[in-house]
Amino acid sequence: MSTAILEPRFIPPPPEQPRETYLTSAYGLVSWLLTKDHKRIAILYLISVTLMFFVGGVAITIVRLNLMTPEGRLVEADTYNKLFTIHGVIMVFFFLVPVIPAVLGNFCLPLMIGAKDLAFPRINLLSWYLYMLGAAWAVYAMLAGGVDTGWTFYTPYSSQSSHYNVVPTMIGVVIAGFSSLFTGLNFIVTIHRMRAPGLTWWRLPIFVWTLYATSLIFLLAVPVLAMALILVILERIFRIGIFDPALGGDPLLFQHLFWFYSHPAVYIMILPGMGVVSEVISCFARKQLYGYTFVALSSFGIACLGFLVWAHHMFVAGISIYSAMVFSLLSYLVAVPSAIKVFNWTATLYKGSISFEAPMLYALGFVCLFTIGGMTGLFLAALGMDMHVHDTYFVIAHFHFIMVGGMVMAYMGGLHYWWPKMTGRMYSEWWSWLSALIIFVGFFLTFLPQFVVGYNGMPRRYHRYVPEFQVWNVLSTAGASILAVGYVLPLFYLLRSLRYGAKAGPNPWNATGLEWQMASPPPRDNFPETPLVVRGPYEYHLEKAQNEP
Amino acid sequence: MFAQIAWYPEQASTTAVGVDRLFIFLFVVCGALGLLVAFLLFYFSIRYRRRPGQVGPPPETHSSLALEWFWSLTPLAIFMVIFAWGATIYFHAFRAPDHATTIYVLGKQWMWKIQHPEGQREINELHVPTGRPFKLILTSEDVIHSFFVPDFRIHMDALPNRYTSVWFQAVRPGTHHLFCSQYCGTNHAGMIGRVIVMEPAEYQEWLNLRAEGSLALEGRKVFLKYRCISCHSADEDARAPVLEELFGKLVHLRDGGTVVADENYLRQSILDPGAKIVAGYQNLMPTFKGQVSEEEIIQIIAFVKSLRRGDTPRRVEESPPPLTTPPINSEK
Repeated sequence: MSTAILEPRFIPPPPEQPRETYLTSAYGLVSWLLTKDHKRIAILYLISVTLMFFVGGVAITIVRLNLMTPEGRLVEADTYNKLFTIHGVIMVFFFLVPVIPAVLGNFCLPLMIGAKDLAFPRINLLSWYLYMLGAAWAVYAMLAGGVDTGWTFYTPYSSQSSHYNVVPTMIGVVIAGFSSLFTGLNFIVTIHRMRAPGLTWWRLPIFVWTLYATSLIFLLAVPVLAMALILVILERIFRIGIFDPALGGDPLLFQHLFWFYSHPAVYIMILPGMGVVSEVISCFARKQLYGYTFVALSSFGIACLGFLVWAHHMFVAGISIYSAMVFSLLSYLVAVPSAIKVFNWTATLYKGSISFEAPMLYALGFVCLFTIGGMTGLFLAALGMDMHVHDTYFVIAHFHFIMVGGMVMAYMGGLHYWWPKMTGRMYSEWWSWLSALIIFVGFFLTFLPQFVVGYNGMPRRYHRYVPEFQVWNVLSTAGASILAVGYVLPLFYLLRSLRYGAKAGPNPWNATGLEWQMASPPPRDNFPETPLVVRGPYEYHLEKAQNEP
Repeated sequence: MFAQIAWYPEQASTTAVGVDRLFIFLFVVCGALGLLVAFLLFYFSIRYRRRPGQVGPPPETHSSLALEWFWSLTPLAIFMVIFAWGATIYFHAFRAPDHATTIYVLGKQWMWKIQHPEGQREINELHVPTGRPFKLILTSEDVIHSFFVPDFRIHMDALPNRYTSVWFQAVRPGTHHLFCSQYCGTNHAGMIGRVIVMEPAEYQEWLNLRAEGSLALEGRKVFLKYRCISCHSADEDARAPVLEELFGKLVHLRDGGTVVADENYLRQSILDPGAKIVAGYQNLMPTFKGQVSEEEIIQIIAFVKSLRRGDTPRRVEESPPPLTTPPINSEK
């Protein structure tokens, strides 16, 4: 079963009395709010990001309902504009960016490398508080009065015309940015300095590699976003001419600064998801991940190249055509490491022994939907294509395939994979299956029509549209309602499992990996003794050898 | 709802044909690759599913370095082909033919103001004939807008305080949607219009019905109104550079650099004259920022474009020429 050799006396015996876990090591609200335990902080994040996910989800539900008719009279134009802004700001900055690193990463990283906690537990708690402060600030600003600039805050509209709560929203985003920054710092130091003996870089699980690459991006990109937003704030308050041409500024400068962060941000969102998928596919195919070295290095490839492509969001913004060509070329280069990962995941299934628990369904769904989304990225990176579909629903469909079809499915897969470890309970297999299928079907119905209507020319951020686009919008809204059901169901069966779910042992999936070597839920300090690692991360083929007497 | 369904946009311009070819290629190639991956996922999942009674792990398979390089380099090669193809289309789409007629487009919240060189003005509508290339010079009076005609497959942001351009040639008569596609505030979704393509004969009729002073003629009036003539008189001892036949030429600057005298240069010379001083002249020109409107700048530019040798008005001229003067054949 295990690939890390532990002294036999440290395998915890089957519990007969209640055993102390991280959940029971201290009681009371204060023990949670002042915890330094990475596992408790992960749970705090889990609650917060789930709440934010549903706030962002409600906003877009109203948007999609408004889009059922061409006249779009469900809400006023201004309200509509504020709603899609809320959806974008919340989903990007307060859900997608933090979710896997702060929930699954916080919980699993120390466990996966054999450490007691992260390198800086107090900073970890501070990260959560910064996240909560930023989220509360931004959500309050967006709900009381609202912001209608879109999550991209383009100037001069955001520095000049928009009359709403732009400044507080941006402040909230900047604060949450610092939360990410500290998490990134924490992870990098942890991975460098706190690996168990014998856990060399080439024995690290891919999830750890991707968290590392993500953390690098956090450190380098978040400051640029903070700078860009602070400059807009200064311009709004003090009327300095940085981005507003009426004051002598350059609106394109904002776009460069903004996208310099926001493009790597999308890699922040997807890389951890790719890590989760690598873990899940190996486990449920009972096979070593194919091409481990290539998959590990491709995470760095994506992180590095991801910094070089930002102006592919600006092909028709007024940059020079030669500059556009350079960015198009680089955008194709960054697609290569992602392709490498997809092929390696597929090859991992070859001659495997595959079972289809919920995590695996989500992982397979990820590979499928991420591939489609990634390929439509090839369309957009082509200059001759983007000049037509820029700022249309084609782009929206593309990034939702990757973010929702990819990232959110990876998160759901990871949540379902590590849920037994985090809570010590198994959830209903039937309901988890059903949810995964509902999400998959609802997803296609929501976003495939958007490719069609986008190529036909429906622009983004339109609260009303020409009648010939209606049928696609209706299909998309119908899909969204199915998708909503798929996302709400896990709330019920996962919460129910906390009380009625079967007790999970240390390793219900029979997975390799250090995080499965202690009881579920883990004790406060994770490992009774520091483990010694002598094998690679996915050596499922050694299972028989281990089981032999 | 089902009466009109948008299935596929018309190919209404020469650009559209090229863009659609690339789209079909991408669709086929990516579709094939996507289907391959989906098929393999599906097939492997079924073929290698865990059978009941199966004990122990499956056989070890070893990664093949050759396979890894193959599926890294092959996509890279395909991507390079796509890149080159897309770049070529883009390059042609943004470099107008020399004989293209210029039309000026002013975006403002929340409407499009269009000015033909012969003087016709339109709001939210653009009438053009088939068979001739048109270059659109775009700008905005407030925030960033974007001029998007799906049936032409053209798209270009209109920025404040700068000119951008895109060109097209319509291939058959028809009416096409014009959308603003850069979010610009409350009525962004309402900033839409129509591009009406006509046969050349019909277009000529339309032009005659709406003849006013041409842009260049209006520009001449503005040139006199702001007393530009006092320095740009084309006399030998003039304090300012000669504007005749200036447009499109390479200008040598006092600091040793050069710049092409395009629309952006002319605009900058009016609003921020100290930025680029022509070699051999002093920094004497006052700025007209805040005095001259966007429309007047466009008119002056059209006028400067039209200036042939000897066309500069004379300094004693106080009043504009009579209205019956035929439109100056201005546009290159």
